[in-house]
Amino acid sequence: MISVKNLTKKFGNFIAVDNISFEVGKGEIFAFLGPNGAGKTTTIKMLTTLLRPSSGQISLNGNDPVKNQDAVRRSFGIVFQDPSLDDELTVFENMEFHGVLYKVPKNLRRDRIEQLLKFVELWDRRNDLVKSFSGGMKRRLEVARGLIHHPKILFLDEPTLGLDPQTRNHIWNYIKDLNKEENMTVFFTTHYMQEAERVSQKVAVIDHGKIIALAGPEELKRKTKTASLEDAFLALTGRTIREQEASSIDRLRMRRRMHR
Amino acid sequence: MSTIYILWLRQLKRYFRSRARIVGSLGQPLLFLVALGFGFGPIYQKAGGGNYLEFLTPGIIAMTILFTAVFSGIEIIWDRQFGFLKETLVAPVSRFKIMLGRTLGGATVAMLQGIIVFFISFLIGFRPSSMAYFPLALLFMFLIALLFTALGTAIASILEDMQGFQLIMNFLVMPLFFLSGALFPIQGLSETLKVVVSIDPLSYGVDGLRGTLVNGAHFGLLTDFALLGIMTLAILALGSYLFSKIQI
Repeated sequence: MISVKNLTKKFGNFIAVDNISFEVGKGEIFAFLGPNGAGKTTTIKMLTTLLRPSSGQISLNGNDPVKNQDAVRRSFGIVFQDPSLDDELTVFENMEFHGVLYKVPKNLRRDRIEQLLKFVELWDRRNDLVKSFSGGMKRRLEVARGLIHHPKILFLDEPTLGLDPQTRNHIWNYIKDLNKEENMTVFFTTHYMQEAERVSQKVAVIDHGKIIALAGPEELKRKTKTASLEDAFLALTGRTIREQEASSIDRLRMRRRMHR
Repeated sequence: MSTIYILWLRQLKRYFRSRARIVGSLGQPLLFLVALGFGFGPIYQKAGGGNYLEFLTPGIIAMTILFTAVFSGIEIIWDRQFGFLKETLVAPVSRFKIMLGRTLGGATVAMLQGIIVFFISFLIGFRPSSMAYFPLALLFMFLIALLFTALGTAIASILEDMQGFQLIMNFLVMPLFFLSGALFPIQGLSETLKVVVSIDPLSYGVDGLRGTLVNGAHFGLLTDFALLGIMTLAILALGSYLFSKIQI
């Protein structure tokens, strides 16, 4: 379903993603793990047409994200790492906006919005502005939104960041169901290793832009002679804490917070 | 079509929900109308120019539209910083449609602000010479709004964050306004200034409004319409080109 060959992305002299290759099969749940700044989000951006690769080939559902953007965009749904809702719109409007952009026919759209909002327990608040919401509620809404058009591939960039265990479980159960029923391929990143261990069939570990391990979670544990995926991860990537430079976005967020 | 509509609708909803912004952005035009209109009125009358408020009001309507429009376009930077732009850019919709829907929405908002200022000016004594040309005045308002929203979009597509905003305000938007003949008549200017005024696209918008509201067009309505139209198309093309190049 996803095939990546020799993918590289450079920003000036900095190599964010360094010649990586991997395959994700149809219906697979694929965990893409790595420390902060390893190149996870950059890779997702290239897979989802937001960034052009410096070199290498990508194929998503048989289409190239550089040449065949529209076909690629129709085939996936995504939950971004950073919030991507319109705070000035209501829950329902955010969902509706997404559904219209993805050309989901009106009746079907309304049904799915209701079903998804009920599922993430936001249906009663559908007419509230998103800006009044807590982080967890926004996250739930984003997950629901990414599923309106029933994508063939679902990208989740740290989808459960900041969620309590109940919500995390709830969301993962739903995604696993979709994965089974609709044979939806799931590509996700996370820092919760137990989560990756529990749901994924295949794990790739990326560090400093390179893939350093690619196997099932059990196999990784066996190879590194560790008892949990977390230990295997630490064995592979070391224990040093990574510095991540603040992007202009972080700086701006900071400024906006100060002005409030 | 539905894509363009939903993007347009989003801009309008955001506008109507921020009442503070609507009221806040009317303060400046009102101040200009009162301070300049009544301040320079007597001198203008003495110099044989006639009613200054009548002359000034179309210029201030154009100013309101200019500021609101550029700002609406530049708002893309916020969408980008706060993530919403990503959501639109990964959707299976052409960038051109996204840009067009957003720009039409921003332009509608700017035009509404212009219309509000038009009616506010009645309160302080402005009277259009006839309402027969009002539909044409609306057309000019829309063109001004479209042109400068597209310009804002073009700028926002190259800027990373709001740091360059002051630069844009002081070196682009303010000169566009002050050199457009919104505040002073073009007849009798020095040749150099005349040239500068005639390359400022807003001049034709101001002139078109003056022509339709108080019968005082300097260049002629047809010239105004043609030049403004061409420049609007050019900037729209530029804006959508730059917008299509955005990477996140």
